[in-house]
Amino acid sequence: MPDNADNNLTLQYAVRLGDDALILGHRISEWCRNGPFLEEDIALSNSALDYIGRARMFYGYAAELSGGKKTEDDFAYLRDCREYQNLLISELPKGDFAWTMARQLIMDVYYLNFLSALSESVDPNLAAIAAKAVKETKYHLRRSTDWVLRLGDGTEESHARLQKAFDEIWGYIPEIFELDELEQQLVDKGVAVNTPELQARWQEEIRGILTEATIEMPEVSWTVRGGRSGYHTEHLGHLLSELQYMQRTYPGLQW
Amino acid sequence: MKTDNNTEREALFQQRVDNEEKIEPKDWMPDEYRKNLIRQISQHAHSEVIGMQPEGNWITRAPSLRRKAVLLAKVQDEGGHGLYLYSSAETLGISRAEMIEALQSGKAKYASIFNYPTLSWGDIGAIGWLVDGAAICNQVSLQRTSYGPYARGMVRICKEESFHQRQGYEIMLVLAQGNEEQKRMAQDSLNRWWWPSLMMFGPHDSESAHSAKSMKWKIKRETNDDLRQKFIDQTIPQIEFLKLDYPDPEIKWNEERGHYDSGELDWEEFYAVIKGDGHCNRERIQHHVKAHEEGEWVRQALHAYNEKKRAQKAA
Amino acid sequence: MSTEKLELFEVFIRSKRGLDHRHIGSLHAEDHEQALEYARDCYTRRSEGVSLWVVKSGDIVASQEDDSESFYDPSDDKPYRHATYYKLPDEVNNM
Repeated sequence: MPDNADNNLTLQYAVRLGDDALILGHRISEWCRNGPFLEEDIALSNSALDYIGRARMFYGYAAELSGGKKTEDDFAYLRDCREYQNLLISELPKGDFAWTMARQLIMDVYYLNFLSALSESVDPNLAAIAAKAVKETKYHLRRSTDWVLRLGDGTEESHARLQKAFDEIWGYIPEIFELDELEQQLVDKGVAVNTPELQARWQEEIRGILTEATIEMPEVSWTVRGGRSGYHTEHLGHLLSELQYMQRTYPGLQW
Repeated sequence: MKTDNNTEREALFQQRVDNEEKIEPKDWMPDEYRKNLIRQISQHAHSEVIGMQPEGNWITRAPSLRRKAVLLAKVQDEGGHGLYLYSSAETLGISRAEMIEALQSGKAKYASIFNYPTLSWGDIGAIGWLVDGAAICNQVSLQRTSYGPYARGMVRICKEESFHQRQGYEIMLVLAQGNEEQKRMAQDSLNRWWWPSLMMFGPHDSESAHSAKSMKWKIKRETNDDLRQKFIDQTIPQIEFLKLDYPDPEIKWNEERGHYDSGELDWEEFYAVIKGDGHCNRERIQHHVKAHEEGEWVRQALHAYNEKKRAQKAA
Repeated sequence: MSTEKLELFEVFIRSKRGLDHRHIGSLHAEDHEQALEYARDCYTRRSEGVSLWVVKSGDIVASQEDDSESFYDPSDDKPYRHATYYKLPDEVNNM
C-alpha cells in the first residue's frame, strides 16, 4: 500500500532529480550571450531550456506529492545550500567551452542510461518524465559527443583544454554512481534507478568516445562526494544567492 | 554608354519598387540601395545580438522557474533574430565577419536603447512591453520593405516576437497588481524606459539623414514620426490599464488630431548616449568582443578537426 | 582581432508531411553535420518542421537576372499550356 512514508521518499527523490536538472540547467544558461559563435549560443540555450523544463517536471511532481503544500518554486527558491541535494558535478562553474562540453558528455552519457532506466520505474509519473527527457538527451549526447571529438582532435590548444577539463572533473564522477539510504529503499521498491549498475556501461561508452577524441581517461586519484547529503562545494551558495535573489529580497510575493 | 545603361537599369529598378515587386539578391540594384540596406539590416542584427545582454543580465535571477524559462527562451530568440538578419544581409555580399568587425570597431551602430542598464525585475517587464513593442511597430512596417530577404526575415521575426511583448506586459501586470513595492518597481521601470523607447524610432523626420532615400526605395515604409505616434497611441491605454502614472505629464488625448499629444524628446540626451554617455556603452561592446575572442580557439579547433577529416577522406 | 570564418549554409525545411521543403534562411557551420544540428537549433525552436535540408550556399547554381529574358519570357506567349486557355461548355465545366 503506497502510504505517506512511501510518498515522502518519492517526493525527496523527485526533488533531488529536480535539483540536478535545475543546477545544471542554470550553469548552461550562463552561456546565453557568451557562446563562441551565434549558432552555438542558440544551441546551448536550447539545452539549458531542456534542463529547466525537466526540473519543473520533477519539482511539479514533488509538489503534487506534497498534497499541494509546496510549489515548484518553493523547492527551487526557498531551500538553502544544505537542503539542496544535487550531484556536486552539476554545480561546478561552467569553465571554458571545453570544460562545459566535458561535463556535458559525462552527464549526457549518464543521463541517457539513467533516464532509460527511470522510464521503467514502477512510479508512472517518474517514468513519464523520464520517457520525455530521454528524447532530448539523445540530442544532447549527439552534440556533446561531436564537440568532444572536435575539441579533442582539433588543435593543440583545444586538446589541452579538454584534457585539463576531464582531469579536473574526474573526481566528481564516483558520486554519480552511489546510492544513499533513500535511494536504496526506493530501488528496492522499483521506484528509483540502481545507479551503481549503470557505471560499467557508462565507463565503456565514455572510454570509446575519449579514445576516438585522443583524450586520456584520467586516473581515479581523488574523489569528492556529498551532494546527496547537502555537503556541497562553495560554488553552490553563490549560485543560489543569484538564483534566489528575488525571492529572498522580496519574500512571499508573486511575480 | 555605361551610364546610360545604369540610368536605364535604375529606372527599371525604381519601377519594380514602385510596383511593389520585391528586389531579390541577384537583381541589379543601385550601389546606394545596397549600402543603405547593409547599414540598416546589419544595425538591426547587431541590435538583436547586443540586446541579448541587458535581458540576459536577469536570466540567472528570474523570480520563478516559469519566468526563467520564458526569459531564456526570449533572449535566445533575440539571438535567433540576429541570425536571421545577418543571413539577410549576407545575401547582399557582405560577410558576417565583416559585420562583426564593424560592430566591434564602432563603425556600425546598434540601437542605443541597449546602452541603458537593467536594474530591477521591472526592467525586464518594461523591455518586453515597451522596447519590443516599439521594435514590433517598426518591424511590422518592415514586413513590406522592398528587399525580399529582409521582408521575409521580418515576417518570421514578427511572428516570433508577438510572445515577447506579451510576456513583458504580463510581468508589468503582476507588478502593478502587487504590493506597494512592486508598484513602485513597475512605475520606476516605465519612467526610465519610456523615453528611450520613443527614441528607438529615430530622429524627427526633418532631421533624419537616411529617411528620404529610404522611403523612395521603400526600404522604410513609414516615417519615424508616424511610427512613433502609432506606438504612443497604442501604448497609452496599456499604461492606463496598469493604473500606472503617465511617464510624461504632457500626455493628453487630442480630439482634433485623433492622436495623443506628448512632450518633446530630449534629443541632447539621445545623442549623448549614442556618443558614449550611456551607462553600458563600453560594457556592451567589451562583452561582445570578449565572447568572440574566447570563442576563437573553439572555432579554430572546429576548422582544424574538419581539415584533418577531409585529409583522411582524401587519403 | 579574431574572425568568424565558418561556412555559409542554406537551410530548407519541410513544415509537415506532404509539403515541399522550403527555403527558410541560412546559418554558419563548419560542416554539413554541424549545419544540420544548428538548423535544428536555430530554425525549429517552435516545431516548425519535420525534415531539414542543408546545402552549402556556394554549391547553389542560380540563374541571373540577365538570364531572365531568355529563360522566362519565352513561356509568356504559350498560354495554351494553362487550363484557363480552354473554354468548355458549362455542362462539362468540372474538368
